[in-house]
Formats: sequence, C-alpha cells, structure tokens
Amino acid sequence: MKAILRFVVALGSALAALPAAAVLNVFACEPEWSALAQELGGDKVSVYSATTALQDPHRVEARPSLIARIRSADLLVCSGSELEIGWVPLLLTQSGNSKIQLGTPGYFEASQYVARLEIPKVIDRALGDIHPGGNPHVHTDPRNIARIAPVLMERMAQIDPANADSYRSRGKAFLERWQAAIARWEQQAAPLKGVPIVVYHKDFSYFINWTGMREAGSLEPKPGIPPTPSHLAELVDQMKRAPAKVIIYSPYNSPQAAEFLSGRTNIPAVMIPFTVGGTDKAKDLFGLFDDTIARLLGAVK
Amino acid sequence: MYRKATMALAVAAALGLPHAATAQTQDELRTLREQVRQLDRRVTDAEQAAIQASSRPASESAMNPAVSVILNGIYSNLSQDPNTFRINGFAPTLGDVGPGVRGFSLGESELALAANIDHHFRGTLIASISPDDTIGVEEGYIQTLSLSYGFTIKAGRFFSAVGYQNQIHAHAWDFTDAPLANKVFLGNQLNEDGIQLKWVAPTDLYFDVGIEAGRGRQFPAGPAGGRNKNGVSSGTLFAHIGGDAGMGTAWQTGVSYLGTSPQDRAFEDPAGTTNSFTGQSRLWVLDGILKWAPNYNPTYTNFKLQGEYFRRKEDGDLTSGTAGQTGGFASVQSGWYLQGVYQFVPMWRVGYRYDRLNSGTPGFSAPLDAADFPILAPYNPTRHTVMVDWSPSEFSRVRLQAASDKSRGDVTDNQVFLQYIVSLGAHGAHKF
Repeated sequence: MKAILRFVVALGSALAALPAAAVLNVFACEPEWSALAQELGGDKVSVYSATTALQDPHRVEARPSLIARIRSADLLVCSGSELEIGWVPLLLTQSGNSKIQLGTPGYFEASQYVARLEIPKVIDRALGDIHPGGNPHVHTDPRNIARIAPVLMERMAQIDPANADSYRSRGKAFLERWQAAIARWEQQAAPLKGVPIVVYHKDFSYFINWTGMREAGSLEPKPGIPPTPSHLAELVDQMKRAPAKVIIYSPYNSPQAAEFLSGRTNIPAVMIPFTVGGTDKAKDLFGLFDDTIARLLGAVK
Repeated sequence: MYRKATMALAVAAALGLPHAATAQTQDELRTLREQVRQLDRRVTDAEQAAIQASSRPASESAMNPAVSVILNGIYSNLSQDPNTFRINGFAPTLGDVGPGVRGFSLGESELALAANIDHHFRGTLIASISPDDTIGVEEGYIQTLSLSYGFTIKAGRFFSAVGYQNQIHAHAWDFTDAPLANKVFLGNQLNEDGIQLKWVAPTDLYFDVGIEAGRGRQFPAGPAGGRNKNGVSSGTLFAHIGGDAGMGTAWQTGVSYLGTSPQDRAFEDPAGTTNSFTGQSRLWVLDGILKWAPNYNPTYTNFKLQGEYFRRKEDGDLTSGTAGQTGGFASVQSGWYLQGVYQFVPMWRVGYRYDRLNSGTPGFSAPLDAADFPILAPYNPTRHTVMVDWSPSEFSRVRLQAASDKSRGDVTDNQVFLQYIVSLGAHGAHKF
C-alpha cells in the first residue's frame, strides 16, 4: 500500500515537473502561414502545417490526422476568403475545440488584413470556382506579408500573454529584415515590370500586381477548371499574335499544360515555388521570394 | 488622381531634363519619382478600399444561412421488375431499399441550410424532396461549437455514426445506390432522432469515441416511427482511429455497435402476409477507409478503398401472419462489401464494388417453422457493380453504373443507371 502511495506521489511530482502549457499550438492551413508563425513565434510555438507546397489548397481532404491536430490547436492561421471552404469548416465542426472557432481570437484569416484583388462584380458558378471575397492568394505579394505579420504578432501576444514580449521583439526584428528584403526584391524584380506572363491558376495575381508584370492569360479556362485542349489551342493562337515572355505553374499543378504551350510557342515554362517548400531554395519566406524572382528573371532574360 | 500623377511625372521630367547632367537634380528626380510612385500606390489602395467597402452587403439577408440544393436525376434500365425486388434471406426493412423505377426518374432533391446559430451552436437542416412530392427531414440538428477538450454534442435528427457509409449523404456516395449490407441492416440509411456525444482524443493519431441515444424511429428498431415510451429506444457506441501513412495515404478504421429492442417490428412477406418481430437486435459494424493521392493532392489522380463488415444478432418472438401464431426466433446474419474508386485523370473516375450477405439459418421454435417465412429461407445474396463518372467541376457529376444483382434467390437483375448529381449554391464540404 505504501509502495503504491509512494509511486503515485512520484508520478504526480514527475507530471508537475513537466512544463505547464508548453508552447502555443499553431495550426496553419498553408505553408506560408506556418513559416510566418514560426518566424514570429520561434521556440515559443509549435507549428503544424495542414498542407504542403505540393497540395492544391482548394482541394484538401478533411482527413483524420488534420482533425487530430486541429483539436489541440490554440491558433488557426489560414488564408481565408473562402480558399479553404471545402475543408476547414468541416475540421472546425469536428474539432471539439472552442478556441479556434470563427469569432474567437484563435481564428485568424490572413487575407482579411490586406486589400484583396479581383473581387468579382458578378458572382456566378458559370465563371468557375470564384471567390466572392476576392483572390485569396495574398501571400505572393511580400508587402502583404508585412501587413499581416504585425496583426498576427499581436494575435499571438493576445492568446499567449506570457510570451507577448518575445512575439513582439521577434516580430519587430522580422519586419526590419523583411522590409530590407522587399527593397532588395523590388530592385531585383525591376526588369519584370510590364513583362507579359501566362499563369496556370489565378494564384499569382498579387505578385503580378506588385512587380508590375502583365497577366496575358491563364492555362485554366476558368478558375478551378483544369486546362482543356480547346482552351490551350486558343492560347497557342493568342501567344502567336501577342507572345508572353514566360509561362508559370505551381508545384501542385501538373506541368503538362504549361509544357504543351511552351513547346508550341517557344515561351519558357517555369515552375515557381508558389509557397514555402515549393522548391529546395524556398526554405522560408525569404527563400520563397528570392527563388521566385530568380526563376522568373532567369526565364525572361 | 491618375491625371495628377501623370502631370507630376511630366513636370518632373520637364524640370529634370535641362539639368540632367548634375547629380543633385538626379537625386531630386529620383525623389519626385518616388513621390509619384507612392501617390500611385495610394490611389490603388484607395480604389481597393472603395471596392471592398461597396462589396460588403448591408441588408438583412447578409445573415442568411448557407443554402445549397442538390439535384439528381436517373435513367434506369432494370432487367427485372423493381416491384418484385426483395433481398432473399433477410427480413424486409421497410426502408427505401429497392432499385427505383424503370425509365426516367427524378431522384431525391435536397435542400440544405446551415449556419452558426451563435457562438455556442451550429444548425443544419437538410430536407429531401422526393419525386413523389413528399418532403422529408433527412437531417435537422444542432451541434455545439463552444465545448472544449474535444467534446461535441449533436442533437436532433442526424445520420447515425454506425458504420462508415451511413453518415455520408447519398449525393456524395461513390455509387448510385447503397451497399446491400446497408440495405438489410440499416434500412438503406439510418437517421435517428436523438442525441450524440463525441470525444476526440488530444493525440496526433486520430482517435474518437462516441455514444448516441435515440428514439428508434427506423429499422432495426420498431415499430416504424418509434415506440410510445419515455427514455431511449436505440443506442449506438462507436470509436474510430485514423492517421496518415507515407506521403499520400490517409486511413481510418472504426467499430460501432447499435442495440435496439424492437417491438412489433412488422415486415411484409412477398406473399402479402404481415409478420412482426419483438425482441433484441444487436448490430456490430467494422469499417475501414483508405484514401491515397500523390502527396495528398487529389486533383489529378487518387484512389479510395472502402469496406464494411456487418454482423447482426436478433432473438425474440416472431408472429406469423399466415399461421397467426407466435414463437421463438433467433438469427445471426452478416454481410460485407468492398469498393474501390480510382480517379485516373482529372474529372474521370472508375469504380468497382462487391457485395455479399450471409443470411445464416434462422432458428424457429414451436409452433413456428421455417415454412411459414419463405423470405427468411437461407440465401446468400451477392452483387457486382461497376461505375464510371465524370465531374467537370466540383459541383457536377454524371455517372454510368452497371450492376449484376443477385439479391433475389431465383433471378439475376441486370441494372444500368445513368445519373447526374449537381449542387447549387454554397460550396459543400465532404467528410473524410
């Protein structure tokens, strides 16, 4: 009996010695937000990215492993603007987690804090899978990251006040480095201004807007509808009349359509990382823009 | 604003040109250019803000729930008369288990409304409008949002968490009709009036466990509509584990139990007499689902393997309509299905399903004997089904399905279905 009691006491003190509420659990819908949360949180956070650069964030299965992760999350960071409408609402209702429901501090939609492009004037499914709230792929403009970072930083400080100072000082340091990087990128990307580009999906609009490139077409006939032979034939004709300088696609897109158009028109097709982890060099947010700009410059020179 | 910017640029150029040689003026020019650029940016931002402000709806309807409508229609070619459909060896479930009518028909149209009620609850109503002009409540429930520690409570009418396929709405099924096992053990699809408590464990490996208490308004409970009594007439227990394997496979497996005490659960023999059962009904289901997509990106190719095993034990009293007598009855019946669906190129999928049921040999005690219940004579139905479907977008699907159905002991029903299923309105989200 005494031995059992001693064991219970020992177990109790061992459990008490474990760090209480160790770290802030962040559930990021996409790798760019997981990277940003990691930059701001450092060792105070444990970040889980629900998707990788090889997944189309529009089409994700609400699989059991995601429910298991969201169940213990303290903060949910997503693009929002209905990008994740096919899976995040389901995860939320199945999570049994009140901390990250819509309207709580633990629910963070990054796109809400920047000016969105391409807000449709007409909302109809005949136009493809359009997002009534505007284009959700806001992270492709680094100035948007600079706008979102301070809000996310404050949100983390609000949820985890014990480490608020850490989030703020890391956030400040990140933003300083980020602003310097933006200045550098804007200089590097100067030759891209006015360059006509063919995209796969309308997921690069913010980058195009930032660098002053010109979108000359998209491989998808309509947002979310895979490329069709007839649409590609039209694009070939269009490119013969007014050639673009580069065709891009993301790691989660099949390269076939881009390569087909490239083969017919001699316009280079380039895979851009699109998000963190999309290429070997895009290890973090800095690498993402370094590599994206380098790949585009390499193609258009 | 733009004109102003252009003018500033022109002025800058005009001022800058004559003195272009000096470094000082070049600096000024640069400053001016920067100012122009900032102005330009401010204009763009202001325009954006204006667009976003104007796009915000300011009417009462802004609080409307998400509305979606599912439409589906079928052309059926059946080699056997659907009016004589039965699954030999098994008691008819009174559910909607038949293959439908021959020729063109409208399937069930669904109207779904869902929204957060407040910060505590979410509400969902799914009404089904049958082609015979009746409206039914398929699901109508509230669900908690504000419980923590992985707990969720659902109350109202909802598809029971017994097995896997039972919780999936018909429009999201991979085949036109339900597996034979779901037809004989759950009357096609069991939706219960009741309450469900579910808990998700705080582990990286998914684990949930739950309990349901219900009215017993449907088969395997009885009588249809539920018993006239207080308390609980049907109970379900379930647990699932699931996770990821490798870079692209997700799996889930579950076990569930449904227990009821049917009273005067009537079924009609094909001969036209009405028999009824009173006793205990216990159903165990093992289910497994495995989904594969390269790097979890199902856009181009993906594969789905799904299977369930059902085992039901019933014992009690059976009253024969023919003999007008009541006697003891006991049966152990089982059934399973396995299906695979493969998307080989974007938009196109093919699938195969195999169904098998084992009726076992029911035990009758005096004064009853097996001859009084021809439908319950031992028989093991099987069915092979193949399908191909085309989904030009996330919102539409056209499916061609062919089946060789040996549900009837004496004949094979060769079935062909051509079906469309579309969804209008709010973007749906489908369960794993």
